[in-house]
Amino acid sequence: MEKALILMGCAIGAGLALIAGIGPGIGEGYAVGKTCEAIGRQPEAKSDLTSTMLLGCAIAETTGIYGFVTGLLLIFVAPGIFLGML
Amino acid sequence: MEINIQGAPILFTIPVLGGIPITSTLVVTWVIMLLLTGLSIFLTRNLKVKNISKRQAIAEYLVSTAENFVHGNMGEKWDRYVPLISALFALSIVSSLSSLVGVFAPTADLNTELSWAVLVFVLITYTKIKTGGVLGYAKGFTEPIFVLTPFNIISELATPISMAFRHFGNIVSGYVISTLIYAALAAANRALFSLLPGAVGWVLSQIPLLDVGIPAILSLYFDWFSSFMQAFIFSMLTMMYIASAAESD
Repeated sequence: MEKALILMGCAIGAGLALIAGIGPGIGEGYAVGKTCEAIGRQPEAKSDLTSTMLLGCAIAETTGIYGFVTGLLLIFVAPGIFLGML
Repeated sequence: MEINIQGAPILFTIPVLGGIPITSTLVVTWVIMLLLTGLSIFLTRNLKVKNISKRQAIAEYLVSTAENFVHGNMGEKWDRYVPLISALFALSIVSSLSSLVGVFAPTADLNTELSWAVLVFVLITYTKIKTGGVLGYAKGFTEPIFVLTPFNIISELATPISMAFRHFGNIVSGYVISTLIYAALAAANRALFSLLPGAVGWVLSQIPLLDVGIPAILSLYFDWFSSFMQAFIFSMLTMMYIASAAESD
């Protein structure tokens, strides 16, 4: 029973951790949209804009990656630790 | 159905100090470093001023690209960081792409990225101390007011951690997703072809026909684009952090 509860908690937690993907999705979409506008206005600055946008996207992605790593830990590491504590 | 997602496999253990495990990360990283060193030595043999060979042309192209990359992002006075940045970039991209030949990519192991990030952190701290002196470095933590010191320390430590986890997360998510897709396509293949009657259906359901072609399209994003992107971002962030560490008055 306790094992089942622990596994359930870890699985639910991993699912909840991936909610963190929403934020970066919205943010990156916004950044790319703005970059498209900027390229439309100034096509000659395309290469500069693109590299700046990619860097910004990578930084915006950080919180999503934290969520993903938390999910990985909850699936692969946490059950072992918590079951070992029983 | 067997889905096998795991960390770097331990190849053998050195029996000193209670056993030092040698993972495939270490071995593959050393092989990649030897390959890159060998390639550099091969490309830079017999350099000439006139009538250059194709090999020298490639070497000159690579070096001038790396120099332009660093100069464009840090400025001309950072010439001595060109070897470091290009080495980080080359090591990162070849490590990530090594998953294409079937070995465990060293960048899918957090230890690799953490060691790179610690190296970058040491460089940032060194540059800060060199610019402002030890007192100036210590004083930088109390800006703008004294109360914010703990937060400044946290944000200083968050730099290497977020750099390492960003690279690691991107490569590992590609690895996990492609493993899941291979398994799902094999299962779908088995379900689809076992609908066929008799021996033909059994034979076809044992061969993972759907695994041909479809994962290649995803590998284009997860392996090629993601590897290149993360190498670019890691070296770019290294340059920006070091350059901004020198700027702080």
